[in-house]
Amino acid sequence: MTTVTLHNLRKEFDDVVAVNGIDLEIIDGEFLVIVGPSGCGKSTTLRLLAGLEDATDGEIVMDGRDVTAVEPKDRNVAMVFQNYALYPHMTGRRNITFGMKSSGDFTDEEIDRRVEEAAETLDIADLLDRKPQAMSGGERQRIALGRAIVRDPDAFLMDEPLSNLDAKLRIQMRAELAQLHTSLGTTTVYVTHDQTEAMTLGERVVVMNDGQIMQVDEPQTLYDFPANRFVAEFIGDPAMNMLPVDIENGTAVHEAFTIPLPNADGGVRNGTKKGDDASIHDGQRAVLGVRPEDLYLASERPDAGDETLDATVNVTEPLGDSLLLHCSIGETPCKIQAKARSEIHPDDTVSIAYDPARLHLFDPESGNAFYHSESYASSESAAAAADHGWQSR
Amino acid sequence: MVGVLQYAKRRVDALRGNYETQRIHEDDLGTHFQLLLLVVVVVFPIAVALAVSTKQSGVVTSVVDLFPGGNAVENYREVLVDYQFGRFMWNSLAMSVVIVVGKLIISVFAAMAIVYYRVPYKDLVFLFILFTLLLPVPVRFIPLFQLMNDLGWSNTILAITVPYLASATTVFILRQHFLSIPTSIVETAKLDGVGPLKFMLFVLLPMSKGVLVGVSIIMFVYAWNQYLWPLIIIDSEANQVAQVGLQLLQGDVQGGQLSWSLVMAGSTLTLLPPLLLMIVFRKPLLETFSIQQK
Repeated sequence: MTTVTLHNLRKEFDDVVAVNGIDLEIIDGEFLVIVGPSGCGKSTTLRLLAGLEDATDGEIVMDGRDVTAVEPKDRNVAMVFQNYALYPHMTGRRNITFGMKSSGDFTDEEIDRRVEEAAETLDIADLLDRKPQAMSGGERQRIALGRAIVRDPDAFLMDEPLSNLDAKLRIQMRAELAQLHTSLGTTTVYVTHDQTEAMTLGERVVVMNDGQIMQVDEPQTLYDFPANRFVAEFIGDPAMNMLPVDIENGTAVHEAFTIPLPNADGGVRNGTKKGDDASIHDGQRAVLGVRPEDLYLASERPDAGDETLDATVNVTEPLGDSLLLHCSIGETPCKIQAKARSEIHPDDTVSIAYDPARLHLFDPESGNAFYHSESYASSESAAAAADHGWQSR
Repeated sequence: MVGVLQYAKRRVDALRGNYETQRIHEDDLGTHFQLLLLVVVVVFPIAVALAVSTKQSGVVTSVVDLFPGGNAVENYREVLVDYQFGRFMWNSLAMSVVIVVGKLIISVFAAMAIVYYRVPYKDLVFLFILFTLLLPVPVRFIPLFQLMNDLGWSNTILAITVPYLASATTVFILRQHFLSIPTSIVETAKLDGVGPLKFMLFVLLPMSKGVLVGVSIIMFVYAWNQYLWPLIIIDSEANQVAQVGLQLLQGDVQGGQLSWSLVMAGSTLTLLPPLLLMIVFRKPLLETFSIQQK
C-alpha cells in the first residue's frame, strides 16, 4: 500500500533526454499504466522508480520517504520483466524463493507458506518443480509474477510483461493480471506500448511522448477527451482522422465541407475554461479530429441527417467485424469504419454521416485540444446535436 | 570440403540436442570419404608413435617397421618404473590443475568486475588486459627468470604456475559470455538484494557452466603442453614436468643409442590426459568454440 510521487523527474543518457521533468502522483493501490511509443521514456521512468537508473534531477517520494538515492533492494518494489528474467538453472520454486532467501528477512516456514499461497493464487503448484526450459511463455510469466508477489512488495513494477506472449495468451493473462490486482490491491505501475493493454488494464493511464507526460486520465476519458493531437492519434485504432479546417461562425470549414460545431461555447475541457482564449473564435485555423468509428456511410444511418459528404474510396480493408475504408475528403486522407460486408469498392464515391457529439478541435501549432463537441460533464448535448449533418459544398 | 563443414555443423547441433542425429544419406558417402582422409592425415603421426612405442629398437626404415611389435608392455613398464615417468606426469598434472583453477578464479572476478561494475575507465582497463596478449610468457623469460630467483621460487611449483595465472583470453571469453546473460536477470537479483558474491556463486557460475568447462579444457591442454619455461626454471629432476621429461627417455644419445621406442611410449602417455578430457567434455568444448564464432 503505497503512494508514489514523482517531482520534476529527469533522466539524461549522455546528451539524450529520456525523461524530461515529469510530475506524477500514483495513488495508493491503483493500477497505473504508462503507455507510449518506443523511446518515449516510459521504461526509463519505471526503471527510475525501481532504482535501476539514477535520476539526473528531481525526486521520487514513496509514502513520504524520499527514495531517489535509495538502493533498489531497499525500496521494497518487485519488478516483472518482458523476458521473465527467470534463472534458467533453477526450478520454479527456487526461482521464487531465491531472492527472499538471499535477503534474509524471512524464515523458512514463512517462505514455504508464502510460496504455497502464491502458487494457489496463480495456479502454478505443478510448475514449482520444473525448470523454466520446460515451461511455456505463459507459465514462465506466472512464475515471474509469483516471484514478485511472494515478497509482498509495496509496489509492482511491470515492464511490458505480456509482450512476449502470443495474442491469445496475452488476452487471457491480461484478464488474470486485472483479477490479481483486484485481489491483492497492491499499487501497480505497468508499462506497455500496446494501447489496448493500457485501456483494458489501467485504472488511470499515463500517455508519454518524448520524455514528457501528454495526459493522465481514466481510459475512457483519454479516448473521449484527448488533451492533444498526440493522445488523440495514439489512443484508438485506427487512429483519429485529422482534417485541417477554418472556424467561421461556429462552423468548421474544410475545402470539401462545412459542419456546424454543436455546443460551440461549452465543449471545452482540458485545462481551459469556457470563454478562455483557447476556445473557439472566428477566423481561427484548427485541426478537426474525428474517429473512424464515428463516421458512417449515410446509408447505414438514415436518421443521422439529410446532408452528407462525398468521399472517394481509395482502398478497402475487410477487418471481419467491420470494413475499413481509406478515403479522400477533398485532398485530405481519411479512414472510415463501415459495417462489415458493405458492398464498396475502390474508386466508389460514398456519402458519409458523422456523430456530432464526437468532434474535436486541435490547435494546429501546439496540437492542444481546445474543443470537444461533447462537454465533459454531460452528454445530453450529443443527443441534442444529433440532427446536424455534413453539408457538402 | 564444404560437405565436411556442413557435416561438422550438423554433428555439433546433434550433440547439443537441437535435433536428432540424422541417418547417413547416400550423398553423405562422399563426405565420409573426405572425413576419413582427414582423420588419416591427422592421426598418422600419432599412429606411428603408437606403433613405434611397441618395438624394441624403434628405428623405422621401411613400411614393414610400422606394424606393431611385441615389446609394448616392456617399453611402457620401463618408462613408468625405471624412468619414473609417472612422477613427471604427476608434476604436469599438478601444474596444469593449479594453472586452470587459478586462471578461472582470477578471470571470473576480472570479467565480473568489467561487465557488472561501474569502474572508471573500464574499457581502457579491458583494453590493457587484451594488450597483455602481445606479451606471452616466452617473451618475458629473462625478467621472469630473474624475478623467480629473487623470490626464491625457482624449482618450485609456484615458478611454473604463477606466471600463467593471469589470462587475457579467458577474461575475454568470460566477458563475452557474461554480456550475453540478459541484464534483466542481473537487475532482478539487484532488486531482490542478492549480494555480489551470492550472485556469482548461485547465478553467474551455474549459468556459465558450459563456457567454464570449455575454457578449462583449452587452458588445461595449453598448460599441460608447456615445455620451454619448465625446462628453464626447473632444474631438479624430481620436480620436472612430463614434456621436459620426455627428453630424459632418450637414453644414451652420445653412444648413438637413441631409444625411440621409449620416447614414443612416453609421448603416448603424455597424450592421454588431454585426450581423456577432450572426450569426456567434448560437448561444452564445442559450445565454447561456437560462442566465439557468433
